[in-house]
Amino acid sequence: MKHTISVHVENHYGAFNRVATMFSGKGFNIHSISIGETEVPEVSRMTIVTEGEDKIIEQVVKQLNRLIDTIKVIDLTGQSRVERELALITVFYQKGTRAEITNICNIFRGNVVDINNKTITLEVTGPPDKIDAVINVLAPYGIKEMARSGTVALKRGEQLKQDKKETVI
Amino acid sequence: MRTVTPKMTGAEIFFESLKKEKVEYVFGYPGGAVLKIYEKLYDVDFLKHILVRHEQGATHMAEGYAKATGKVGVVLVTSGPGATNTVTGIADAYMDSVPIVVFTGQVPTHLIGNDAFQEADIVGITRPITKHNFLVRDVNELALTIKKAFYIASTGRPGPVLVDLPKDVINSVCEFDYPEKIELRGYKPTFLGHQNQIKKAAEILKKAKRPLLYVGGGVIMSNGDRELRLFAKENNLPVTMTLQGLGAFPMTDTQSLGMLGMHGTYWANQAVNNCDVLVSLGARFDDRVTGKVDAFATKAYKIHVDIDPTCIDKNIVVDLPIVGDVKHVLAELAAEMDEAPDLTEWWQQINTWREECPLHYEKNDGKLRSEFIIEKISEKTKGEAVVITDVGQHQMWVSQYYKFTNPRSHITSGGLGTMGFSLPASIGAAFGIKDRPIVSISGDGGFQMNIQELVTAAYNKLPIKFIILNNSFLGMVRQWQELFHAEKYSFTDLSDSNPNFVKVGEAFGLKSFSTNSPNNVDDILEQAFSYNAGPVLIEFKVVKEDMVFPIIPAGQSVKEIMTKRLDPKEMV
Repeated sequence: MKHTISVHVENHYGAFNRVATMFSGKGFNIHSISIGETEVPEVSRMTIVTEGEDKIIEQVVKQLNRLIDTIKVIDLTGQSRVERELALITVFYQKGTRAEITNICNIFRGNVVDINNKTITLEVTGPPDKIDAVINVLAPYGIKEMARSGTVALKRGEQLKQDKKETVI
Repeated sequence: MRTVTPKMTGAEIFFESLKKEKVEYVFGYPGGAVLKIYEKLYDVDFLKHILVRHEQGATHMAEGYAKATGKVGVVLVTSGPGATNTVTGIADAYMDSVPIVVFTGQVPTHLIGNDAFQEADIVGITRPITKHNFLVRDVNELALTIKKAFYIASTGRPGPVLVDLPKDVINSVCEFDYPEKIELRGYKPTFLGHQNQIKKAAEILKKAKRPLLYVGGGVIMSNGDRELRLFAKENNLPVTMTLQGLGAFPMTDTQSLGMLGMHGTYWANQAVNNCDVLVSLGARFDDRVTGKVDAFATKAYKIHVDIDPTCIDKNIVVDLPIVGDVKHVLAELAAEMDEAPDLTEWWQQINTWREECPLHYEKNDGKLRSEFIIEKISEKTKGEAVVITDVGQHQMWVSQYYKFTNPRSHITSGGLGTMGFSLPASIGAAFGIKDRPIVSISGDGGFQMNIQELVTAAYNKLPIKFIILNNSFLGMVRQWQELFHAEKYSFTDLSDSNPNFVKVGEAFGLKSFSTNSPNNVDDILEQAFSYNAGPVLIEFKVVKEDMVFPIIPAGQSVKEIMTKRLDPKEMV
């Protein structure tokens, strides 16, 4: 099962590498990983989407907690949360298909951010499954290239007070 | 309270910080990137620098010192090759949770990443094998970083910490401000066990019919051996130990079942397999202990006490986890035990297993055997020496035949299995422990892996007994080749290539002995143990093709235990 794990790490040299090294060293999967500053400049938030049996995910969370540079680890899976991903997708168009493509873009509430005489670049934001859906629909037109940001996620407001670094065992 | 002093160089801050940490010994080797530190070292009198001959030796010495004393071992090396040579020792310390702090020189910050002379990204290289590591980029962070390094290395589940020191940082100046205490928001080990969990554990133990304590290195690291003894004695509980746990409970006590696992005793493994409550204390269910996970202690309710939450449910799913310091949890657990369980039948069963299949070796054919020598050393030292072993057959025989009575007496490379560990680690132990004999036991293979450090022992006149159990083979590998690899003795026979160990010893300045007869053992040991003006080397030429029994083949269960060499006629 896929899990979305939010990790607060010290915003300094090497913290990201520690997390990445731990994942590869322990043989854990990473579907996506994204990192950026938070409201507190010394803290970065990493959002990691990983997959595994419950036993593996339990180890992932414990191993993340064990790193000295992690301040807080929250498995958002099963919790009320907001998840978003951004994708930039460049698609080939022919006479007549350009309007179709911009139409699809509108349906998914995306934006056209670039265009030339062969390709059109769309920007789409949403939960990861929406991004998958856009890609599916656009694939027949021919996707020239694509970049996905990976998921970022936050818990919904009312639960924020329950955060703890470690789950008491 | 903080003390602020006039401005100092990074090198001065380095030593003032070590002084604050009460460091007695630094195991090191100079080089370009740390010249400024060595320049300052010239005037330092509050610690002793031990010059090694290879940086790997320095890390094992720091480990030996740390394991024998419980204090933090300290290493100082230069950048590039100096740093990369420490990697095996750091990995070893990581696997066996040994508190060491390794200081590496680094090229100046403006050259980092430029492939400068003697540059290596040691922080990147050691990230997966350190508890934590640091690159100090500013001299103002130096003192705080050293404080953090010692704090992280020695608390919680101990481990190695590396601090990388660029040359310009060492040369810069700032005020020295060493914090007395620090808090790291991302690092707060759980020290006290959960009260209700401890109560529950006691309730379960009281009702147990066939309980067993499974004791690991955590009991020794937390200095919980006294609590363990009280708890086990008052409740008449059987105790089995892991390789790292040996010495936590006296092996001379009838309640000791010896070691469990692959080369553990038959009765310890039977007890694990049949117990109804298994209490793991500071052990991590390593694969050499469990064998086949699905067949391990299947009848037992499992209680797991460990300070590291990641150890819990990692290899074996347990019924009752208690995260906390073993010493404290043991004391509280003992307090909760108001009635001792009745274990008469269980002890009868254990003693039947003990008689059914005791440890044995051939004593009557006049040949010299490792087991015999180890028994002799055990008698000679009354089980009170600090014994530092290498990796392989001799290591397992020591675990079986040396009767450890005290904690911090058995020092070995367990997790990583580093050949070449014993020789340098015994040097570290000898600096830390002055009032007990220091005995290094190696095979002929491992002894040659850090043989250069003999000079460190000789130069410092350390009274170490270097025992080589020379069977002219990489014995454990040979054993697996015989048992599991079609008797293809591929590259394990050293008989044509081994050096003359006595001449080697003498060349390094060691009093050296050699024998192949059991009749000379007493005499040589007497001579060796009565000589304390420096190290001695004793080569025992033992039989070539002995095997360690019992053995549970890797990934199998106690049902597949082999207790003796199969007669070829019995083999299909």
